Amino acid sequence: MIVMTKDTMDIAREQDVVPFRNRVREFSTRIGMSLVNQTKLITAASELVRNMLKYASGGKVILEIISQNAKTGVRLTFKDEGPGIADIALAMRDGYSTGRSLGLGLPGAKRLVNEFDLKSTPGEGTTVTVIHWKHGR
Amino acid sequence: MERIPILKMGPFLLVTIQIDLYDRLALTLENDLINMVSQTGARGVLIDISAVSIVDSFMGRILGNIASMSRIMDAETVVVGMQPAVAITLVELGLTLQGVHTALNVEKGMELLNTKLGDNLGPDDEEEEDQDDRND
Repeated sequence: MIVMTKDTMDIAREQDVVPFRNRVREFSTRIGMSLVNQTKLITAASELVRNMLKYASGGKVILEIISQNAKTGVRLTFKDEGPGIADIALAMRDGYSTGRSLGLGLPGAKRLVNEFDLKSTPGEGTTVTVIHWKHGR
Repeated sequence: MERIPILKMGPFLLVTIQIDLYDRLALTLENDLINMVSQTGARGVLIDISAVSIVDSFMGRILGNIASMSRIMDAETVVVGMQPAVAITLVELGLTLQGVHTALNVEKGMELLNTKLGDNLGPDDEEEEDQDDRND
């Protein structure tokens, strides 16, 4: 896997969400991603960044344009040092939420992107990595 | 503080969202709209989201909340102008916007609201309504 462009953004406040989404749009436009795929990736990113703010009061996101096996895509890595997720299987279930939300964030984001990886250690933090390829597969 | 303008048009309230909403702005809109429904006795709320490129679960919940709160206050809500990419994404996300009426554009949304209002008042002045345009 080759990383072609890399950028890091700190997410500390709700006002950071819109500039972050715009940055994701910029990255996906740069590789010529279609509007539907862009919308899916940005919506997933929006859910994940919102989780980060809500449960870990922020963190940082690494944005990358990557290339692998002649495919180009955008990889986003969300890192926080929040409380972590005790039961990942439960957190990935539709409709489950410890907050007052619809519980669609994690499972919904997973459905919207091509690759999704979640690692979490209670007490240390959570890292979510998503990849969406240019052609959406 | 930034606010989304709400226009009153006859018995309806009209909102056009021209920017990507951040959370506080969306919550302010929810609050303003419900207050306006109460103050004006509006019978319908039309929300145009044709300029909105991202609707995530938070934004979807706000639209649902506006619809349920308005209904309790005897007003119907119609969301119009959703971009195709947004519709595709919402369904995959798992958000079906239950209880929210939708229409393709402002014109069809107004027709829908008029029909709903007409239904409640009894059939008198909406005779020329095109029945093929029903959306739900």
